[in-house]
Amino acid sequence: MPLAGCTGLLSTLDPAGPAAASIATLWWVMFYGATVLFALVAVLLAMSYWRSGLIRRLTPLQWILGLGVGMPVVVLTALVTTAFVQGEGLLPHRDGVRPVTISVLARQWRWEFAYPESPGVGPTIGVLHMPAGVPVDLTLESADVIHGFWIPRLGGKLDAIPGHVNVVRLLADQPGRYHGVCAEFCGDGHTQMRFEVIAHAPEDYQAALEASR
Amino acid sequence: MSETMEQGPSPIARHKALEGIWGTGPGLERLAAVNHNILGKRFMVAALVFFAIGGILSMLIRAQLATPNSAFIGPEIYNQIFTMHGTVMMFLFAIPMFEGLAMYLLPKMIGARDLAFPRLTAYGFWCYIFGGTILVVSMLFGVAPDSGWFMYTPLSSQPYTPGINADVWLLGVTFVEISAMAAAVEIIATILKMRAPGMSLDRMPIYGWYILVTAGMMLIGFPPLILGSILLEMERAFDLPFFDPTRGGDPLLWQHLFWLFGHPEVYIIFLPAAGALSTIIPVFARHPLIGYRAIVVAIIAMAFLSFGLWVHHMFTVGIPHLALAFFSAASALVAIPTAVQIFAWIATIAHGRPRFSVPMLYVMGFFFVFVIGGLTGVMLAMVPFNWQAHDTHFVVAHLHYVLVGGFVFPMLAAGYYWLPHITGRLPLARLSVPAFWLIFIGFNATFFLMHITGLMGMPRRIATYPSNFGWDWLNLLSSVGGFILTMGFALVLLDIIMMFKFGKGFRRDPWQAGTLEWATPTPPPSYNFAAIPRVTERADGLSPRLLGPQLARGEGYLAHTRNGWQETLGVDMTTGEPDQIIILPRRTYLPLVSGLVTAAVVLCMLFKLYWFALGALGLLVVTFLFWAAAVGNKSDIGPLPAGQGISLPLDGEVKGSPTFWGVVLLLAADATLFASLLFGALFLVVVAPGWPPPALLEGGFVPGMVVVLAAAAGAGLARLGRRANAANASPIAMQLGAGLVQAIALGAIFWLIAALPDPTAHAYSATSLALLVYLLVHNGIAFIVAVHAAWRYHAGFVSARRATDPRLAVLWGDYAGFAALVGILMLLGLPFLATLGGGL
Repeated sequence: MPLAGCTGLLSTLDPAGPAAASIATLWWVMFYGATVLFALVAVLLAMSYWRSGLIRRLTPLQWILGLGVGMPVVVLTALVTTAFVQGEGLLPHRDGVRPVTISVLARQWRWEFAYPESPGVGPTIGVLHMPAGVPVDLTLESADVIHGFWIPRLGGKLDAIPGHVNVVRLLADQPGRYHGVCAEFCGDGHTQMRFEVIAHAPEDYQAALEASR
Repeated sequence: MSETMEQGPSPIARHKALEGIWGTGPGLERLAAVNHNILGKRFMVAALVFFAIGGILSMLIRAQLATPNSAFIGPEIYNQIFTMHGTVMMFLFAIPMFEGLAMYLLPKMIGARDLAFPRLTAYGFWCYIFGGTILVVSMLFGVAPDSGWFMYTPLSSQPYTPGINADVWLLGVTFVEISAMAAAVEIIATILKMRAPGMSLDRMPIYGWYILVTAGMMLIGFPPLILGSILLEMERAFDLPFFDPTRGGDPLLWQHLFWLFGHPEVYIIFLPAAGALSTIIPVFARHPLIGYRAIVVAIIAMAFLSFGLWVHHMFTVGIPHLALAFFSAASALVAIPTAVQIFAWIATIAHGRPRFSVPMLYVMGFFFVFVIGGLTGVMLAMVPFNWQAHDTHFVVAHLHYVLVGGFVFPMLAAGYYWLPHITGRLPLARLSVPAFWLIFIGFNATFFLMHITGLMGMPRRIATYPSNFGWDWLNLLSSVGGFILTMGFALVLLDIIMMFKFGKGFRRDPWQAGTLEWATPTPPPSYNFAAIPRVTERADGLSPRLLGPQLARGEGYLAHTRNGWQETLGVDMTTGEPDQIIILPRRTYLPLVSGLVTAAVVLCMLFKLYWFALGALGLLVVTFLFWAAAVGNKSDIGPLPAGQGISLPLDGEVKGSPTFWGVVLLLAADATLFASLLFGALFLVVVAPGWPPPALLEGGFVPGMVVVLAAAAGAGLARLGRRANAANASPIAMQLGAGLVQAIALGAIFWLIAALPDPTAHAYSATSLALLVYLLVHNGIAFIVAVHAAWRYHAGFVSARRATDPRLAVLWGDYAGFAALVGILMLLGLPFLATLGGGL
């Protein structure tokens, strides 16, 4: 992979969970597909100038209906369907899964994480503790303006909007430290509104929570 | 065309006579200019100045982000800089730029002597300049908008942006938008009513189609943003909680209203540029455009689709996935009409005998950049990928590929192509090629890398970043690319200056184009054509080199001067057969006066002098009445010779005058604003937290019925007035009666406003108040128009033939009646819906 060097603490192409991994796969498929399509247009354009004899046999109808309508319809139908199915798989459906629930409260300019399943713990500020290998549902709320909750290596982002509650499901494959940022511009402290994610081995999770109080 | 009716004067004498009527005087009289040649150029020059300002801001951004842990600019200033960069480029550069080009070119391409409403052109220009100045000057005082160019609430609301920064954006941008609405109305009216005789719609040059569709989109795309801006400004100024989730409002309402405008906006910017491409490519391919009809279908499809995909800017706000799938599919679908155009252009080149020249170089640059932008656009339309890429530099890269690829590259092609028309000189080409390569390489270096930076997790709008995320070298290279890009633009500027100074003159039509604008002398005279031609084929395959001298000799329509009138031809909308002689208003200071008074309204609002703002608003209405007073005749004139053996009535004596259609178009925009308001009310009921409201309107039925009945009576009386006038009787009694019942409606609206629960307590009563204010404005306008029509009759401007004023009174009466009915139904229905709210 040409961009395989794209590792980084916040790299979406260096996934550490199934959601981020499946989206990274989608990216690579789209990247190669787009490269092929771009090359096609570039070659046709070059031929139109320098080798037009070869493509002049195409009738206007073939240009417009074939390349302009037919080709995108085929490509897009496949892509939209795939993405929809994939998106469904990433949603926090409750059937057959028992996720851990963590409440996230965003405010200018910090993240507060509360653990309703562990009474008496937290909230932890700027540090999110979660078990690894277990799906975690994070309920996002905001105390002031709109913030964007995003841990790139684990999965997609979702906004914390005042007056609304959003739920994002993430799973960390391995215990370790990950990084999160505020993705939605939220004022002067937006740049600094980062947080740390510590994924613990499931057996260590409760102990870590106790230790954080 | 050979039969010459006007034997009269020599071309020189005819030119002098026409120029005497159409020309603009020297010195301060320039402020009175209403001519599209002058104003089109002014729009473009001003847009370039704002482009330079936006460009300098972008350089500051790149300087700040070039290295990690930058201490160059703090977040307070940085936030203003990126907000203003986006705002300036979108609202003060891109839109006015294509408006200016369209204003300059369109009348010439379709064979008209000016736009339909020259004073509106000038008023729009002043609104643009004054509004843009307010925005830019705010930077000098450090109070520029700083909530991002899409101004998400609650960040842009009073508690989180207490200064005037957000007010500057809301008021300044809305002020500038007046010019966009004015341009939309007059461009549509001009295209539909003022084409050359014989130019049926299917003979229109393709650029005309692009601009017609674009203007249509502006007409219904801008009102949601204007409404959103008004509501947010009302929230900030008077604490009406439309977007406050603690009081029944919802920040998401702003996002819907903004992107309902914001997405079509992208196509509003792209389509005029694509229109330039569709004009330029066939000329250099030396082959007629392939797929003219398919392209017309594609751009209409694009216009429709573009209003159905705004939610793809909102994939991360928590909307149900199934709904997202719909918008995702619609977003992908829009790739199809785009692909149709791309392949039609390539096919045109392939089937022709292409030659290279500077405009074509930029066309190639367009293909390269825009196709990449389109492909990343399809990627972003896929919901899961969007969840990762949204709000990162990947999106920054994508939007610059689309906007620079889809607008700036085509506009540079258009610049090199049409500047000879403006200057009468040919480009020199020596600097043009290196300038192109600097721009092309600089652009891609800056923005291609940003895709990777974004995928590496860099969010938008952060003022700096630590060194440990792996973004350092990507940002540094982007910054280097940015400076190369800027050098390229500087070189283009130098190239243009050189062209003005040293470019060679030419006889006519230097590119062997086939469109009418090259049949004018270059630089063009104020009146464009000494005579208006008849078009007998598709108007992109004409021979300007032959046609030009014929028209200069007066072989065509209206090749005379008469009464000092500015005359141009009006035609049937579809067939293009002439049906009227349009007399356009001449140069006047009125647009400047109205522009200044509008600026006073805006500044009073900005500095919270609300009673003064109200007074200035009243004054503004008075200045517009002076506009009306300056047109019209006091006696019936009847058909007059129009040349080529035909006689036609004047526009003031026919049913479908441009003025009439202009008001119809304005009402269409107005209805869109109203629909957005109704959408907003229902949205809050269904989606917003904190419903039902604590108190509801009580006893609203009786005054509500009074409003509806009085407004209906006003509409009916206006119609009776028009009928009486048509029967040669006096309409005065009916029109004054219409005014009286409208006044009763106004009284009942005030009664309702007084009966509303505290509008600052809950979004329910704030929304009800907004509905009532909307009715207040429209019954007020209907009142003024009805009384004004009576006065016009009294003053002798109206007769059975000269019936524009009574017709306008009917239009406004009908619309005010319709708005009253729908508005009161909504007002009285809201309490019922509100009690259901939250449960839905």
